[in-house]
Amino acid sequence: MYAQGLINASGDPNAAETPEQLARFQARIDAEEKIEARDWMPAAYRKTLIRQISQHAHSEIIGMQPEGNWVTRAPSLRRKASLLAKVQDEGGHGLYLYAAAETLGISREEMQDQLLSGAAKYSSIFNYPTLTWADIGAIGWLVDGAAIMNQIPLCRCSYGPYARAMVRVCKEESFHQRQGYEIMTTLAQGAPEQKAMAQDALNRWWTPSVMMFGPPDTDSVHSDQSMTWKIKRFTNDALRQRFVDATVPQADYLGLTIPDPECKWNDVTQHYDIGPLDWDDFWKVVKGGGPMNRQRIAARQKADDDGAWVREAALAYAAKRSTQQEAAE
Amino acid sequence: MSDRARLPLWEVFIRPRNGLAHRHVGSVHASDAEMALMAARDVYTRRGEGRSIWVAPASAIAASDPDEKAEMFDPADDKTYRQPTDYHVPEEVGDM
Ligand SMILES: [Fe+2]
Ligand SMILES: [Fe+2]
Repeated sequence: MYAQGLINASGDPNAAETPEQLARFQARIDAEEKIEARDWMPAAYRKTLIRQISQHAHSEIIGMQPEGNWVTRAPSLRRKASLLAKVQDEGGHGLYLYAAAETLGISREEMQDQLLSGAAKYSSIFNYPTLTWADIGAIGWLVDGAAIMNQIPLCRCSYGPYARAMVRVCKEESFHQRQGYEIMTTLAQGAPEQKAMAQDALNRWWTPSVMMFGPPDTDSVHSDQSMTWKIKRFTNDALRQRFVDATVPQADYLGLTIPDPECKWNDVTQHYDIGPLDWDDFWKVVKGGGPMNRQRIAARQKADDDGAWVREAALAYAAKRSTQQEAAE
Repeated sequence: MSDRARLPLWEVFIRPRNGLAHRHVGSVHASDAEMALMAARDVYTRRGEGRSIWVAPASAIAASDPDEKAEMFDPADDKTYRQPTDYHVPEEVGDM
């Protein structure tokens, strides 16, 4: 989306920003005007968006791995076809988002390098292994469920290309969550071993899913400015609460137990309470200490390396064809 | 910096169905037009969103400068005589 030459089009990004420019920009945001790629924007707004959108894209791409792990072992042809379609959608989500980030002046190659070097992060949830088929159900239900809660408000994000990418993503996510919940329903209503498998998956995926909304509002560094810029519409804790309130009754329906003894309905707040979360562990996983961090990046690196000759050959072929065409004209 | 081969950027336009215009939906990277069309099909039409795809090299698109929005578009604002509502038709004549 018009990525090339874009920074120059809106001036040197490091040029001093005057209070008038900043005020005019904020007035546009406050008036719910969308900011488009070549519009003037504060350097910090651009930087925040590049960080957020590229992280989001990386999460979609890395997120293909834990589920891809079960494509060949899906229990039926229908489950296999739908899992394959879901994983393909996640790849598509990554591509819409990379394209949106590119409009801000970062190249696809730079983003790839940042992911592979560890400079850019992705959602910590994808650093856990998928041990059983029930994990595929739990991921669709919980991880995609949490992603939907996060993504719906992003459809109204102040940055036009990001908001439009999110509209496409949200349209596709609903199938993901439903296929996951259907897998959970089948297992929960099946043999005792199947139900135990479903409970085990819930036990392992619940806390990481609740943590997908990010650190509590009290120590979330980027939250305030992102809210003022209307990149974010709700705080981490507000979205987390919404997810918990929606998900606990769904677990009840399955006859499964939320693995948190403090998780119960609170008559006063009219919400579900949850117990304290171990944020030290969360940061450890984000920073590379999770069970699968190394494998995830290694698999991504291998895919990149294995594809290198294809990209080079395709470019060489395109160059040859265009010289032949020129000669013929 | 990466020494990775850089695939050019293509803008993708899709006609959702006959009777509608092609509309910009996003972009893809590809070595040539043929590959760009295949990538656009996989990325942007997995659920019957399109009946026709155009791809154009992003570098071939010339765009108006957002900083000149006012000079470009404001002059249209005060030409109300271009609007039908600027003309009085007697009520007895009815809708026109
Ligand atoms: Fe996704
Ligand atoms: Fe998804």
